[in-house]
Amino acid sequence: MIPRCVTPVCALSALRPEQGVAALLPDGSQVAVFLTHEGAVHALDNIDPFSGAAVLARGIVGDRGGVPVVVSPVYKQAFDLRTGVCVDSPSHSVAVHPVRVRDGVVELT
Amino acid sequence: MTLPNNPMQLVVIGHGMVGHRLVEALRAKDVSGTWRIVVFGEEKRPAYDRVALSSYVDTWRSESLELAPLEGADIRLGETVVSVDRERRVVTSASGVEVSYDALVLATGSTPFVPPVPGRDLPGCHVYRTIDDLDAIRETVKSAHGSGRRAGMVLGGGLLGLEAANALRGMGISPHVVELAPRLMPIQVDEGGAGLLKRLVEKLDLTVHTGTSASSIERDGSRLIAKLANGVELDLDVVVFSAGIRPRTDLDLGLELGPRGGYAVDEGCRTSDPDVYAIGECAAIGGTVYGLVAPGYSMAEVVADRLLGGAAEFPGADLSTKLKLLGVDVASFGDAHATTEGALEVVVNNAVAGTYSKLVVSDDAKTLLGGILVGDAAQYAMLRPLVGKEVPAGLLEPGGNAELSLPADAQVCSCHAITKQTITDAICAGVCTDVPTIKACTKAGTGCGSCVPLLKQLLTECGVEQSKALCEHFDHSRAELFEIVRATRVTSFSALVEKHGRGRGCDICKPAVASILASLGNGHVLGGEQASLQDTNDKFLANMQRNGTYSVVPRIPGGEITPEKLIVIGEVARDFGLYTKITGGQRIDLFGATVDQLPQIWRRLVDAGFESGHAYGKALRTVKSCVGTTWCRYGVQDSVGLAIDLELRYRGLRSPHKLKSAVSGCARECAEARGKDFGVIATENGWNLYVGGNGGFTPRHADLIASDVDTETLIRYIDRFLMFYIRTADRLQRTSAWVEGMDGGLDHLRDVIINDSLGICAELEEAMAAHVGGYADEWRGVLEDPEKLARFQSFVNAPGTPDPTISFREERGQKVPVQLGIPEVAR
Ligand code: SRM
Ligand SMILES: Cc1cc2nc3c(=O)[nH]c(=O)nc-3n(C[C@H](O)[C@H](O)[C@H](O)COP(=O)(O)OP(=O)(O)OC[C@H]3O[C@@H](n4cnc5c(N)ncnc54)[C@H](O)[C@@H]3O)c2cc1C
Ligand code: SF4
Ligand code: FES
Repeated sequence: MIPRCVTPVCALSALRPEQGVAALLPDGSQVAVFLTHEGAVHALDNIDPFSGAAVLARGIVGDRGGVPVVVSPVYKQAFDLRTGVCVDSPSHSVAVHPVRVRDGVVELT
Repeated sequence: MTLPNNPMQLVVIGHGMVGHRLVEALRAKDVSGTWRIVVFGEEKRPAYDRVALSSYVDTWRSESLELAPLEGADIRLGETVVSVDRERRVVTSASGVEVSYDALVLATGSTPFVPPVPGRDLPGCHVYRTIDDLDAIRETVKSAHGSGRRAGMVLGGGLLGLEAANALRGMGISPHVVELAPRLMPIQVDEGGAGLLKRLVEKLDLTVHTGTSASSIERDGSRLIAKLANGVELDLDVVVFSAGIRPRTDLDLGLELGPRGGYAVDEGCRTSDPDVYAIGECAAIGGTVYGLVAPGYSMAEVVADRLLGGAAEFPGADLSTKLKLLGVDVASFGDAHATTEGALEVVVNNAVAGTYSKLVVSDDAKTLLGGILVGDAAQYAMLRPLVGKEVPAGLLEPGGNAELSLPADAQVCSCHAITKQTITDAICAGVCTDVPTIKACTKAGTGCGSCVPLLKQLLTECGVEQSKALCEHFDHSRAELFEIVRATRVTSFSALVEKHGRGRGCDICKPAVASILASLGNGHVLGGEQASLQDTNDKFLANMQRNGTYSVVPRIPGGEITPEKLIVIGEVARDFGLYTKITGGQRIDLFGATVDQLPQIWRRLVDAGFESGHAYGKALRTVKSCVGTTWCRYGVQDSVGLAIDLELRYRGLRSPHKLKSAVSGCARECAEARGKDFGVIATENGWNLYVGGNGGFTPRHADLIASDVDTETLIRYIDRFLMFYIRTADRLQRTSAWVEGMDGGLDHLRDVIINDSLGICAELEEAMAAHVGGYADEWRGVLEDPEKLARFQSFVNAPGTPDPTISFREERGQKVPVQLGIPEVAR
């Protein structure tokens, strides 16, 4: 799943705080990219493991007890933006993608 | 239900509240069907809520007093029993019907006492006991053509007399209340309390004459002239006698009677004939006749148990009362007059605040015996169950507001004789999680409603998370946050959470705050930071489906649509390959649109004159209509026209939960208005307004709140209702649960919305006017703003590329989603 090469996603300025976007990877998989209120960028697999729908990017971003999370829009489970682990059911998780910002561009590495 | 071959026959004489309860209780307990039940009722309608009789004046609709319909009993309405042959065990009705019995229950209630004043039989003189009595009073008032101020006299200044006076006020009559005793409500209230009560009711246009009585009533042309013993002469349109009641024992069975009338019964409610029982207001139990419904209900339960071989005994009665009329609180409980030997009184009389309270305690000041509260009876619910128990620490100190906790056996709901234990057991068993579920499973709170605040407290005591905190980020309830946002004019979530909360919010508080901001008119729901607060559906102004696609629902006000517009919908659906379905809300849903397609679809729809139907929002959904006068041969008003007006007025209104409405053109109710949050049914004279209806998980019929109003008044009431709901409801609380959980119930709601008891109606109307004036179509707003439009794409790095996980197959000639494989998790 993890792409081998660097994939530019979009300009950092295209991200709105706490509103995710989805990006399509060369292998056809999808990544949800988030900018937090504090300015951190996170990337998770876009597919919600509970529904199978590719929608995590459209979830509400916030925190659970200080842990930054995105809440799946389908059945409302929260996922830790840093680890991909489901806060409501830790045996479930989504893959985390390494992400960086270089020269104002968000890149998956 | 199937009965055993030889069931026994129970005959009940009297279909009042207590007779009704007996049948309910017996049917519930008699699982094997031992008893067949025949009920005779003299009144032409089934038993109704006599306790709430006075509220009939608000609507003149008897439906609002209906009790739960009885099943499994043969009920003969409009049939008076005229004789009972105890030898043959047969009763005979006025029409000559004979029915035999194995057991007989007398539940004949009481008759109003009319003192022997000369002229008491004149037309225009009435009693106050039945719906028919109130209809007759209304007729008299309607036909009285007196010029100038219209006046009435109520003879009797007790609890019922004051209720009757209030009812007259409701009919536009200035009431004179004449009471023989030196003070009002002599049975419940002492001199100090009655003094304040008199001052308070006189402010409400009541004239009080105490220590005197009427010596004659005469007719003078179209007027009635009453002469009082103290020489005062009153010029009147109507007279109502409310001078007490007498147990109704006109059926002469030759049974023993109590010292002050009533069929004498033992602790098992048996009369001197072991096959004959008496319950309710016609029974004298231990020599006492109780004029309240709760002891009657206890007797009904006792007899139901006895008929099935049990040995239940009458548990005694609580004579506490709370009068919630005239806007004046009066409560009296326990030994209110300190008749217990050595009883001490603690009186606080605050003439400035207009409150009076007296607590009666035992000589050692350790036990609470009773009390009287006038002006402010907020403490009543808590104090009443403490009678006979230890005085809580701090209660007797000046201004004392002790932390009160009830013992387990304290009776919390006296209407239904439910103890704290029963309620806490139900809560601890996890059956009850809030006030509506307590009402449903224990009946507590479904009578006069005065114990509802206590029910809430018991939930808290049991550790049921009644914390009003919205979520971990805010300690406030939704209603409190609404007030904060309104008062401080905060316009962003970030500012609100920084000042009044903590953290960065979550899927609970963000949409709730987004809704509050939208209710208060803060521009487009996707404007600036607001977009990050919205639930998925609001974020894309469409409903997300299971495969991540969306459905599109254009508004079709009232369900009325031109052929041209229908064709547009058809064309759009065809061109974008959308599955179409007629919804349950009289409009059309188009399914299977991807995020990228939404703006293109809406461009076509908006150009053709459609706008958002808010199927995605906690907002007004639809106002359904029936065809009404225009086409229907029964219609009495233009239901389609009104439905469209209402839908256009409230479209886009964000609320704690979704809002639905309907308008029916006549009482046949084809639009199902009573299943809606607010429903309107046409009458010959205008409209009836119903509120708090719900389909869904817990269906509830809406309650009538105003009747025969004109369109302008109707809209004013709906404006107020909706804005009051928006201000005070919890997050995701439909109006039905909101009404159910409201302290003071429907009466309170009616008071606020119709009588403006909180003085906020002008504000509520203004808020609605601002909403109506500020409305703009959300989808047009998106199409006109490139920044908002930019969000409607599947992939930020590959605009226009369709989401590869979405695929469709065909079913019945339309496309439907291919179910997604859910690899890791079994749901
Ligand atoms: C489309 C429709 C079914 C249909 O094909 O007819 C529908 C579809 C949904 N209903 Fe409904 N309801 C639809 C009419 C109703 C009705 C009938 C009515 O409105 O007359 C009811 C009962 C009446 C009522 O609400 O009191 C109804 C009671 C519910 C409930 C239960 C609400 C409750 O208070 O118990 C939910 C769940 C909720 O809102 O929490 C619900 C939730 C839903 C959701 C939003 C579920 C969801 O979250 O995905 C469905 C969205 C489907 C979609 O993606 O578009 N739907 N739903 C109807 C849309 C009507 C419209 O034109 O707007
Ligand atoms: C305006 C008003 C306000 C009240 N407020 C309160 C309150 O706040 N709290 C409270 O606890 N109580 C209140 N009450 C009293 C309460 O309504 C009564 O205690 C209760 O209704 C008694 O029920 P019951 O079944 O014994 O008698 P009823 O409800 O009077 O029913 C008796 C029925 O039997 C019928 N009947 C009589 N004889 C025959 C016959 N021979 N054949 C066939 N049918 C017959 C009568 O027509 C009547 O319908 C109020 C009463 C009124 C009028
Ligand atoms: S509710 Fe009445 S007016 Fe409307 S369609 Fe039905 S019968 Fe006709
Ligand atoms: S005390 Fe009347 S409903 Fe509970």
